[in-house]
Amino acid sequence: MQALLDNLDPLLRALGTTVTITLVAGVAALVLGTLVTIARVSPVPVLRGAAFCYVQFFVNVPLLALLLLAVFALPDAGLIMPLTTTAVVVLAVYEAAYVAEAVRSGVNTIPPGQLEAARALGLRLPQILRLVVVPQALRAVVQPLGNVMIALVMNSALAATVGVVELTSAVNKVNLVEAQPIPIFAGAGLVYMAIALAIGLAAGRIEKKVAIAR
Amino acid sequence: MSATSPVTPMVSMRGVDKHFGALHVLRGIDLEVAPREVVVVVGPSGSGKSTLCRTINRLEVVDAGEIRVDGEPLPAEGAALARLRADVGMVFQQFNLFGHRTVLDNVAMAPVAVRRTPKKEAGERGMALLERVGIADKAHRHPAELSGGQQQRAAIARALAMQPKVMLFDEPTSALDPEMVGEVLDVMTGLAAEGMTMVVVTHEMGFARRVADRVVFMDAGQVVEQAPPAEFFDATRSERARAFLASVLQH
Ligand SMILES: Nc1ncnc2c1ncn2[C@@H]1O[C@H](COP(=O)(O)OP(=O)(O)O)[C@@H](O)[C@H]1O
Ligand SMILES: [Mg+2]
Repeated sequence: MQALLDNLDPLLRALGTTVTITLVAGVAALVLGTLVTIARVSPVPVLRGAAFCYVQFFVNVPLLALLLLAVFALPDAGLIMPLTTTAVVVLAVYEAAYVAEAVRSGVNTIPPGQLEAARALGLRLPQILRLVVVPQALRAVVQPLGNVMIALVMNSALAATVGVVELTSAVNKVNLVEAQPIPIFAGAGLVYMAIALAIGLAAGRIEKKVAIAR
Repeated sequence: MSATSPVTPMVSMRGVDKHFGALHVLRGIDLEVAPREVVVVVGPSGSGKSTLCRTINRLEVVDAGEIRVDGEPLPAEGAALARLRADVGMVFQQFNLFGHRTVLDNVAMAPVAVRRTPKKEAGERGMALLERVGIADKAHRHPAELSGGQQQRAAIARALAMQPKVMLFDEPTSALDPEMVGEVLDVMTGLAAEGMTMVVVTHEMGFARRVADRVVFMDAGQVVEQAPPAEFFDATRSERARAFLASVLQH
């Protein structure tokens, strides 16, 4: 316990980095993932194909491989970014694939008959999306998206392996000095758990808010 | 338009063909529906009745032939097609109400979004329509809170809210418990009496006999026989229609 308190400052700063990475990558993944879903259900075959490939690629390649690739290969290719930025970008494009899957499954909960009824009434595609699809998909998608965000928090720890000083990395450093692995790593674990719990609770609250009255 | 028919038909289909893959679902359909006419389409399951209905507002695209609504050929897509669909009301077997909106919102949504009717006016007109189909007390409920018959009446009100030139009904009572069939048919009978042009796919032979101006019998993608109801039911010409009637009138 004392070991943690003695190093509170760098640990809090690292926690801040974890939270920042998660927030920025999370918002970016939500936006990108939603765009990928729109491409995936669009009437344009090229967009549909590209979106499908995007999801397949990122779901089937380990995040660690992507991080290593981005950190070591991109600078070689002439693209130099701060480490943390690189990690955020990789996390965002990676989690976007999972966001896209979650959103697509939400869209699929809408009975096709409703879409037909909307078309039969003379609504155009953007109106159908706005009035029929999005409000109903949103309800089905809150919990799965919450889970994607929790996974993102956990995955942000992988940034430690490429040198970003986020929570896991900082805790590891503290342990190298203090050599008290049990309280130090247990403490870090509890912090991750607290974050995950907070996201889960928030998702539950949001889901209740948008639930269909029956 | 043409010399033979003095009034423009509300719906006209000429040589319409439609395949689903290898399946030839509509075979050279010729059909005209006059303004204010009620045409009831009957026939065995799988004969192409739904498909026929759905080609009229281009929910299904035909392979060959021409379809006109109120004299205008169906637009291929885009804004023009949306405008046409706004003029053609459709009622589905499964109601297809928007589950996240109240009954009144279901009715008022498209007039606001498509016709740019002011919200307040759309709401008032929606209430009047719900009144007319007898479910004004359910206006602020969600569809899942209504019985099947009430949902279908809401769906009819939703279609009517667009002030359509013609209404298409695809087996509107087939998903209903028997005790709710009557309330929906009553609404449809009222509409017919007010002069709505209607194409109704149904197995309700009583309704066909009472309300139809003409009964169209389909089998295997073709219009086999069409006649005023008295003639169709009492002096059935084709063997296939006789066999069909024998099977449905048995129970
Ligand atoms: N979307 C579709 N894809 C493939 N086959 C279809 C589709 N819709 C209908 N069919 C087939 O077309 C035939 C006619 O169907 P339908 O028009 O629904 O007949 P009905 O309404 O008279 O029962 C049936 O054999 C049906 O299985
Ligand atoms: Mg059918």
